[in-house]
Amino acid sequence: MNIVEKILAKASNRDQVSPGEIVEARIDKAMMNDITGPLAIEAFKNMGGERVWDTTRAIIVLDHLVPANDDQAAHLHKLLRTFANEQGLKYFYDVGRGGVCHQVMMENHVKPGEVIVGADSHTCTYGALGAFSTGIGSTEIASVYLTGRLWFKVPPVIQVVVNGAFHPPVAPKDLILYTIGQLTADGATYRGVEFTGQAVDATSVEGRMTLCNMVVEMGAKNGIVPPDAKTAEYFTSRGVSSVNFIEGDDDADYEKIVEYDASSLEPMVALPPSVDNVKPVSEVGTIEIDQALLGSCTNGRLEDFRIAAEILRNKKVKKNVRALVIPASQEVYLRAMKEGLLDVFVKAGALVCNPNCGPCYGGHLGLLAAGEACVSSSNRNFVGRMGSPKADIYLASPATVAASAVTGTITDPRVLEA
Amino acid sequence: MTIQGKVIKYGNNVNTDVIIPSKYLVLTDPFALAAHAMEALDPDFPQKIQERKIVVAGRNFGCGSSREQAPIALKYAGVTCVVADSFARIFYRNAINIGLPLLECDGISAQIRDGDELRVNLEQGLIEDVSQGLHFKAVPIPPFLMAILEKGLVDYIKSRRSG
Repeated sequence: MNIVEKILAKASNRDQVSPGEIVEARIDKAMMNDITGPLAIEAFKNMGGERVWDTTRAIIVLDHLVPANDDQAAHLHKLLRTFANEQGLKYFYDVGRGGVCHQVMMENHVKPGEVIVGADSHTCTYGALGAFSTGIGSTEIASVYLTGRLWFKVPPVIQVVVNGAFHPPVAPKDLILYTIGQLTADGATYRGVEFTGQAVDATSVEGRMTLCNMVVEMGAKNGIVPPDAKTAEYFTSRGVSSVNFIEGDDDADYEKIVEYDASSLEPMVALPPSVDNVKPVSEVGTIEIDQALLGSCTNGRLEDFRIAAEILRNKKVKKNVRALVIPASQEVYLRAMKEGLLDVFVKAGALVCNPNCGPCYGGHLGLLAAGEACVSSSNRNFVGRMGSPKADIYLASPATVAASAVTGTITDPRVLEA
Repeated sequence: MTIQGKVIKYGNNVNTDVIIPSKYLVLTDPFALAAHAMEALDPDFPQKIQERKIVVAGRNFGCGSSREQAPIALKYAGVTCVVADSFARIFYRNAINIGLPLLECDGISAQIRDGDELRVNLEQGLIEDVSQGLHFKAVPIPPFLMAILEKGLVDYIKSRRSG
């Protein structure tokens, strides 16, 4: 069995599972946020729910509308806060206490081999630590809050083998954009995607999060990186000792194996209006931008900020461009501050915002007018995703976003560095 | 369960951001959400849905965000069934859970025309294009999911718990 099958077999008390089989799995953690949570709580109550199945495993994070931008948003937060208090939830991440739900989960809750569901499509991020994690809807997470269980169809798994080594500033974001461009927006629908190979072995947990985060953009159920020394190190560095791994068998079956070479990758850009519309930055031509966004669950971490700060140090954001920098969590915010990275951004003329989903969730702040363009380190460039349906969103790596903020056009970070 | 109606047709990769834009997700009344269904994709949707109740689309319908507000907006706008070449998995589960019928039938969007009359049988996975006299075999909804679809997951769980 491969790692996905192993995890689902264990969670459903079976010796063996195979693709297509329906299993009912025990859920280790279940997370909801301020957009999906209110509907879920209503459903929970309508189901006759009185107590959540486990107050230490039902987790709520406010992140999409943080801080509340109007009375409706404040009302949704109040609903969740009241529910968390009534239920005695151990982990309720209020305004100023957490950050983007997936970052918060990775910092505090995800363990290898666990089955985790979240009412947010980018829940697939947690495969970066060798967990099986996937996004579900509000009513379904209500049922998990009640029962602690959920059915899954065991997915066929596509293995993505990445040979070679990244040549910075080419980064995991460029690899996942390239992969989505190759496999297309529905090329992994209902599938698991396992990342492996030399380049993945050498990638930090933060970079692996970027890979797993975006598998949903090709329809995948989950993304996963087999746990290894880097996984163990992540926990050790956070003061967590003794984590157990679940690993796939050496003779495991995959539906398909694709091989890429990180060494030959260029910085990539996903052009509007779909995530699989991917080109090397050298082929996108001159695209003037009005906004540059560094942040989101895809690329709002310390490593991303270090890369962007190196590019922005002693430089200025181009006139008429607004650069937004949004740490993915309070922890990232604090560490970036201590390292002096936020100084670099502020001095360059970027606006450092509070941890939240930012413009990537197009219903809060930092949005675009008709006719504007944004280069963003986030994950979706759909029509209307960041405000006006007539605005254009280009997805790229933190390095490309930072370089573009300096020049005002979408720019190859290798050119700027030279 | 058999559903009959006329078709509103869309293309591939219809994502949940265009089905219901983010700025409306603070709304909790399903009819308020429904008033903005498909707003970012098709401004004429409110007129079309008066006469035509079945959405037919290409590949990967409902991709993107996990927002359950997407199938809710369609259902309360009056959509009685969605037929597509394929669905994004979260949308598929959400639709079943809130009681919006849907059938997956690879290749069907190339043959069905905007405005055609369709007859759909969910359990058997049969789709008939009455206007053109065409018949299609879709992936039927398995019995355990039909049970959830008929009641909606809320009432399904409620009845299981009380039973």
